[in-house]
Amino acid sequence: MPEVLTAPLVVEFPFTRSLGPVQSAFLTGLRERAVLGVRTADGRTLVPPVEYDPVTAEEIRDLVHVGVTGTVTTWAWNHAPRRGQPLDTPFAWVLVRLDGADTALLHALDAPGPEAVHTGMRVRVRWAEERSGAITDIACFEPDDGDESQVTVHAGEFEDPVAGIVAAARLDYTYSPGRAQTAFITALADRKLVGERCPSCHKVYVPPRGACPTCGLATSEQVEVGPCGTVTTFCIVNIKAKNLDIEVPYVYAHIALDGADLALHGRIGGIPYDQVRMGLRVEAVWTDGTRYPDHYRPTGEPDADYDTYKELL
Amino acid sequence: MTREIAVVAFAQTDHRQSMAELSEVEMLMPVLHEVLDRTGLKTADIDFTCSGSSDYLAGRAFSFTLALDGVGAWPPISESHVEMDGAWALYEAWVKLRTGDADTALVYSYGKSTPGPLRDVLTRQLDPYYVAPLWPDSVALAALQAQALIDAGDTDEPALAAVGARSRGADSAGQGDYVVRPLRTGDCPPVGDGAAAVILAAGERARELCERPAWIRGIDHRIEAHALGVRDLTDSPSTRLAAEKAGLFQQPVDTAELHAPFSSQEVVLRKALGLDDSVRVNPSGGALVANPVMAAGLIRVGEAAARIHRGESDRALAHATSGPCLQQNLVAVLEGDAR
Ligand SMILES: [Zn+2]
Repeated sequence: MPEVLTAPLVVEFPFTRSLGPVQSAFLTGLRERAVLGVRTADGRTLVPPVEYDPVTAEEIRDLVHVGVTGTVTTWAWNHAPRRGQPLDTPFAWVLVRLDGADTALLHALDAPGPEAVHTGMRVRVRWAEERSGAITDIACFEPDDGDESQVTVHAGEFEDPVAGIVAAARLDYTYSPGRAQTAFITALADRKLVGERCPSCHKVYVPPRGACPTCGLATSEQVEVGPCGTVTTFCIVNIKAKNLDIEVPYVYAHIALDGADLALHGRIGGIPYDQVRMGLRVEAVWTDGTRYPDHYRPTGEPDADYDTYKELL
Repeated sequence: MTREIAVVAFAQTDHRQSMAELSEVEMLMPVLHEVLDRTGLKTADIDFTCSGSSDYLAGRAFSFTLALDGVGAWPPISESHVEMDGAWALYEAWVKLRTGDADTALVYSYGKSTPGPLRDVLTRQLDPYYVAPLWPDSVALAALQAQALIDAGDTDEPALAAVGARSRGADSAGQGDYVVRPLRTGDCPPVGDGAAAVILAAGERARELCERPAWIRGIDHRIEAHALGVRDLTDSPSTRLAAEKAGLFQQPVDTAELHAPFSSQEVVLRKALGLDDSVRVNPSGGALVANPVMAAGLIRVGEAAARIHRGESDRALAHATSGPCLQQNLVAVLEGDAR
């Protein structure tokens, strides 16, 4: 068996999220160097604020201006910061109960080492130099020995409130297609299309995924299929894809390769788009520098009889 | 009418290694075959199938649909999926059997934790407005909980080391360096790939399929507020409430399989569940020995049930968790027939 293939797989997503009135007031407040909480019916102040009481599920809207100093309620020393975290030098993760609040906010504490941190220590917000209305407008916390800061009722009204955030994320994976697909991809390098046969129902699956979906059994016997096949069904693509150098309209088809019991898909070339039809006999066309058939073109054979491919539609 | 439901078979992979050479379905299939073989059932005999997994582990959308090839999903079967640990898939299957819609169910779950940076991947399940932009990884959040326990006098670092050592069957000297202080390597779960499957059956069908079925006497799941700063991290009221609803406190149990990926979380769970030293905790080694994410909770139910099947337990507790710092918790109470 060839060595299993791997490749880097990067998943990146910039989710745009809209904010409700409470989250908007809180994040806009951070932009203006103010921390807002929300007061529940029974008089607790939640920071960061939420729109519904976690105990009663009642809607809450009463905003309160809490302090920018507070007390560490628990902490953890992070000697090896990871990508995206608030500081790139060793720091403490902290939950901080800001003055005037009854709940704690998660953030980072900039401190020289773990011996300088303890539960109950006094800390103060360090603002980011550039603020946009996001939790990262608090750059981090820093140790503070001063008095408790002022706490006042706040209307939560700002000019130009923040309406949303963009939550960017990136995760780096090492993707492996597994045994069966590795074998398929490896065979493509030799311009061969290889499927796998189910030991029970004897159907040949291409590309193989390692299992027969009908029998739920592992497939392992390799079978070379094609290079000719039959168009079982098709569609005409009229919208040009970004970064794809193919003129529209073109035809995308399901192709039952000879010897296969499952149709794969591919582009049809070498024939006007409006002359492609079910039953058309085609063959794989390989071009230099690609590791898979670029497209399939007519072989010139007579069309296949419907009965020969109707099970593969 | 109340139907009795039992776990009648359990199978799992050897989790101790990365399975990069296998696709998810290739990893899962032997486990499905093994659990079916244990009962003599064929795919066509299964009335309902339910699975648990997460696309974020694989980095691909709808990854669970490919795993269905290993089940034999043609001709069409009655099937469902939860984007959670398989213990919650088991809960859904249990409900299905209770309604009388099915007599047998196959529940499976799997996770390949090794393709991506698991600590970072798990940050994507956090509050996207206030928490996820800071990328607090799973060990960091568990470490905050551990420090809260230490400050409260509920544990200390040597006691945590002893939990890790007992789980691994080794001495606590090999506890390793800090990952995020106060948690050391030995307090944290290994990152690994794996799969698990169980078969549920109702009433007489369970007795036909298994010599000593593990009857689910009660099962319940509860959740905490999502904001960590709202919660008392030294306690797990959701676990206690789920346990109460599952009937745990009506009679003592002899075994508890606790899904505590971090040593400190076992301390929280023991306290929440009122477990004393008479209860054998995690004889399987628990999640500190093997933690295939999305399967580790289902494995706790399976391990507890397997002990009843083997006659090593008469009444066992199984617990599963999901989310940071024990956010969501499921408790099942399993019993074997009197001997
Ligand atoms: Zn088959």
